[in-house]
Amino acid sequence: METVRTQLLNGVWLTALRSEKFKTGCLSINLLTQLERDTAAFNAVTAYVLRRGTRYHPDMQSIASELDGLYGTGIEPIVRKIGEIQCVGFYASFPDDKYLPAGSDIFEKTAQLTCEMLLTPNTKGGLLLPQYVESEKEKLLEQIRGRINEKRSYAIFRLVEQMCGYEDYAVSRYGTEDTAESIYYQKLTKHYRNLIATSPVEIFYCGSMEADKVAAVLSDALCGMPRGEINYDIGTDIRMNAVEDSVRMFEDRLSVTQGKLVMGWRLGDCMEEPDFAAIYVFNAVYGGCVTSKLFMNVREKLSLCYYASSLVDTHKGLMLVSSGVDFDKVEDAKAEIFAQLDAVKGGEVTADELDAAKRAVYSELRGCLDCQGELEGFYLANTIDGLDFTPDELAALVDEVTLDDVVAVANSVVLDAVYFLRNDEQEAEADEL
Amino acid sequence: MNCKHYTKIGETLYTAELPNGLRINVVPKTGFRLAYAVFATNYGGAHRRFFLDGQWHDTPAGVAHFLEHKMFDMPDGDNALSVLSANGAQPNAFTSSGMTAYYFDCTEGFEENLSMLLRFVSTPYFTDETVGKEQGIIGQEIGMVEDSAGYVVYNRLMRMLYEHNPVRDQVAGSVESIAEITAQTLYDCHSAFYAPSNMVLCVAADCDPDRIYELALDILPKEKAEIPLADFGEKENEFPTEAYHEEQMELSAPQFIIGAKVTPADKGDSLLRQKIVAQLALRTLFGSSGKFYNRLYSEGLLNRDYDYEIDYTAGIATVMIGGESTDPQAVLREINAAIAEVKASGLDKDAFERAKKASFGARLRGLEDFDNISIALVTGLFGDYCSFDSFEVLESIQIGECESFLTEFMAPDRLAMSVITPISKV
Repeated sequence: METVRTQLLNGVWLTALRSEKFKTGCLSINLLTQLERDTAAFNAVTAYVLRRGTRYHPDMQSIASELDGLYGTGIEPIVRKIGEIQCVGFYASFPDDKYLPAGSDIFEKTAQLTCEMLLTPNTKGGLLLPQYVESEKEKLLEQIRGRINEKRSYAIFRLVEQMCGYEDYAVSRYGTEDTAESIYYQKLTKHYRNLIATSPVEIFYCGSMEADKVAAVLSDALCGMPRGEINYDIGTDIRMNAVEDSVRMFEDRLSVTQGKLVMGWRLGDCMEEPDFAAIYVFNAVYGGCVTSKLFMNVREKLSLCYYASSLVDTHKGLMLVSSGVDFDKVEDAKAEIFAQLDAVKGGEVTADELDAAKRAVYSELRGCLDCQGELEGFYLANTIDGLDFTPDELAALVDEVTLDDVVAVANSVVLDAVYFLRNDEQEAEADEL
Repeated sequence: MNCKHYTKIGETLYTAELPNGLRINVVPKTGFRLAYAVFATNYGGAHRRFFLDGQWHDTPAGVAHFLEHKMFDMPDGDNALSVLSANGAQPNAFTSSGMTAYYFDCTEGFEENLSMLLRFVSTPYFTDETVGKEQGIIGQEIGMVEDSAGYVVYNRLMRMLYEHNPVRDQVAGSVESIAEITAQTLYDCHSAFYAPSNMVLCVAADCDPDRIYELALDILPKEKAEIPLADFGEKENEFPTEAYHEEQMELSAPQFIIGAKVTPADKGDSLLRQKIVAQLALRTLFGSSGKFYNRLYSEGLLNRDYDYEIDYTAGIATVMIGGESTDPQAVLREINAAIAEVKASGLDKDAFERAKKASFGARLRGLEDFDNISIALVTGLFGDYCSFDSFEVLESIQIGECESFLTEFMAPDRLAMSVITPISKV
């Protein structure tokens, strides 16, 4: 698969991957900004407001009709957090011309419409329409408040919010409720104009078209994009150690039938010069896949919980362990989660365990080339982190990871905070007395 | 194997039936490293009462799902999930009301992994000790599901719509029902439902289809067993037993599903046609591109948490529209008004043609996902049709068929609504 990187405009970069094997193509356009408490909600809502209507397609209905006519092409707002970088924009997925009547020119039309949404919103007197802004503000607030609906992800969110309370990373990709409350159409218009003029832009394309043709289509569609002084001063602050000497404990009480335990570690010194392959393999050994120690011991052998798994964020340098447990088993679960980490630290990893973990990571990276959505995510994250390996190159490094490498990562991690979401029954009973 | 080319969508399908009754579908995917296989039985949470060997058998709720968990244990003490994972594959399984499916994807060693899949699913090994331990794990899973508003709102709707069908209950059963399960229950149900004649194998991979045939022939039992006949309870009438049900949970905004029973067409081509008519009718009237959704979205009655579907399982079909809304009752009124308008003046012809185009594109995109292709083929095999025919059927659907579907099955007295509202804080 051939990857070509081209600068289209000042601060606007295209990564184009050509492949004939897919039946669809994908295009994403991402504005990159620093994730901050005061602006995250404004950035997030912008993509949704822009999706409401353009100068030439003034409402959702006219956009929808146009998209149906493009054989169900989807162009959706996408808001992501990669480390402490917030990425907002659009992700388009469209059928490849070879399966459609001649002259459909789906990519050209999709690129045109996506850029139209980004650059020429429906405005009145130069301002974003107040009714669109109000409506999307309400929906953003619903989205932010709705985090509580899924308890497993809510528990992870609450741990991160408190563990990284002094860092931008605490802010979710949609921003905070209080900032969202302050969204107002005049303020948002100003914010949008600034965002579009100063953000670095990363565009990703995957499909059957040659890179230079993709670049030509996009350059044309983006013509007139305002480009001021580009803010390249964005990045992620990686904290190496715990915030306090002792582990911080957090707890919430909600009406739930099962407790949710989340524990947060800093990846620590290994983030000085991160060996990504070793970090991924360590995670797979410890709790990242079904042959991992957490899965095999905490879940399978001891029946302590329904799920227990670990994940790492190498952009920010964190490891989280998340588990669903009965309220009275939380201490046992915690003890076993520690015991398994100690085992990895002490090198108690069998050759089979290490091999299985390496194969899992290797296979996932190799499979990435068969899925456009995964490729898009891989290349965007890599670009943001300033890395330039391909999935296959990283897979080859995974193959070379040794037990010593894994043990080194295990000994680098530092526990920072523990969160438990428990039932509010006891409290309710206490209130009644 | 038999081979059929679907030139319009650039796919080829190889099909065969082994002497033991196993049906096989293979979709060669040239140029892809990722390979996917699913081995599924026509046995799910709703198959609790069945006729086999001249008599009726009653089993506790949750056996199919319990069996799925325990199938991974192998007689040599290994666990198939671990063996496949250790080999770099990503294995998993699911149990729905109507089927149990075991699947994996991998980028290396496909034939070896496929052999493993066929072997472990056809080799039962249970002990009372491992069954006892699993009761704890599944008990946790049952508890977790009751915390999910998405599940609760769906389950309550099923309870309002169906009086007798086992889809009323959780697929995993209850803590009480699974306590009745023993190793013998599992052996009996495996023997009844995991015979190749009751199963299908679907593969999407860059592979030689004949090799898949040979592996299945070589590994699986040779004899062709009788297929059990399931009883899903008394015949249901067309109306809900209750039209509205509301519960409270820890939530940010009300969630709702509005649903109705659909009389399922007979298996085969008519079933495929009814599914596509239903999907196209729903897309035209209630789809995210349509007037209905866009108006309600603009008015603040709906948001992006919105979906619709027609679900076929366990001898029943259910049409559902659901999402999040500050005023579910108003959404219900709007749905009734939209259906009344179809009854009075039909569907908008332009909207219908656009929906058809969009549906074609969405189905084409679905072919990118091996999991999606394979599960659609499995569902088709259990329903006696081929899911690749859906592109051609879609072209032939007439607007009148969609109008009849909506006005017949979504008439006001057939609709029920399940709502979960946030716990009111005093």
